[in-house]
Amino acid sequence: MSTSPVQNEWPLWEVFVRSKAGLDHKHCGSLHAADAKMAIQMGRDVYTRRQEGVSVWVVRSDQIVASDPGDKAMYFDPAEDKVYRHPTFYELPKSLDHM
Amino acid sequence: MTQSIQLKREPAVQYLLRVGDTALILAQRLAEWCGHAPVLEEDIALANMALDLVGQSRALLTHAGKLEGAGHDEDQLAFLRDERDYFNATIAELPRGDFAFTVLRNLIVATWARLLWERLLDSSDAEVSAIAGKAVKEARYHQQHAADWVVRLADGTAESRHRIDAALTAVWRFTAELFDSDAVDAAAHAAGLGPRFADLREPWLAEMTAVFEEAGLSIPKDSAFRSTGTRGVHSEHMGFILAEMQHLQRAYPGGVW
Repeated sequence: MSTSPVQNEWPLWEVFVRSKAGLDHKHCGSLHAADAKMAIQMGRDVYTRRQEGVSVWVVRSDQIVASDPGDKAMYFDPAEDKVYRHPTFYELPKSLDHM
Repeated sequence: MTQSIQLKREPAVQYLLRVGDTALILAQRLAEWCGHAPVLEEDIALANMALDLVGQSRALLTHAGKLEGAGHDEDQLAFLRDERDYFNATIAELPRGDFAFTVLRNLIVATWARLLWERLLDSSDAEVSAIAGKAVKEARYHQQHAADWVVRLADGTAESRHRIDAALTAVWRFTAELFDSDAVDAAAHAAGLGPRFADLREPWLAEMTAVFEEAGLSIPKDSAFRSTGTRGVHSEHMGFILAEMQHLQRAYPGGVW
């Protein structure tokens, strides 16, 4: 926002909705709103119409720092052949049911 | 062409229809924004509110039909009455206007409705109390949404301020009717069905004043004008809105999808 002196469009916000207590907020989309209060209200109206949520977070899109798509190969490909990082090689005691 | 139904004008029926019809007709007006609101998010918000109001109206009309005891269901009551048998407050039937008019009218009606639903929670009629339990949450949001926009527009640009001022001048004289009391609400009060409308005026004015102070608006002077929709005598706009609402039911009796 600070880089453009004239702002005719409302800024963009990313919306996160928690579907029920105990679960994480999940990104569900974005919308334009003049400020945080309006963004929360619109997030409610746009993304929770079908009982999708019990809590809404919004964050200005320009406040999100993202990894560079150009770094994709360097960042993420090396994990490809490291199956041993998945915790599936351990024998769990029978008393542990829900792992 | 389906004939109109004849409504039995029992006080309790009329009381519930004043509330249910106000919700029904305002829902129709709000639905007119669908596809036309200034931004997509508000388009959805206004449609959401219209659907909340349709839901409230359905519940109240269904119950009013039972109390009437003439076998009328919600669809017959919604679509097959003559104009004089609708008891919505006139403010609900005024044309949709611009966005400023819409949010200001919503604030006026939602504040009234929220105060009313809060009192209907204690209704001697268990069904009405149950309907109120759901509706009061919806009305609370409608009120907050509208208040937020009234403050934004009043405190926004010269253009938005001009529009909210114009809306206030146009709509205010229709607010008095919301608090008119007569034999209908006196009977409801005596039976414990619900409050007298006049008793809502003081708390309504206090809440409106609080929003107006934040918005830098003043409460206009009272007008001698009295609209009379709650008694079945409507403005010139009512016939047009009913024609649009009733067309399908009248042309295709009992039509469903």
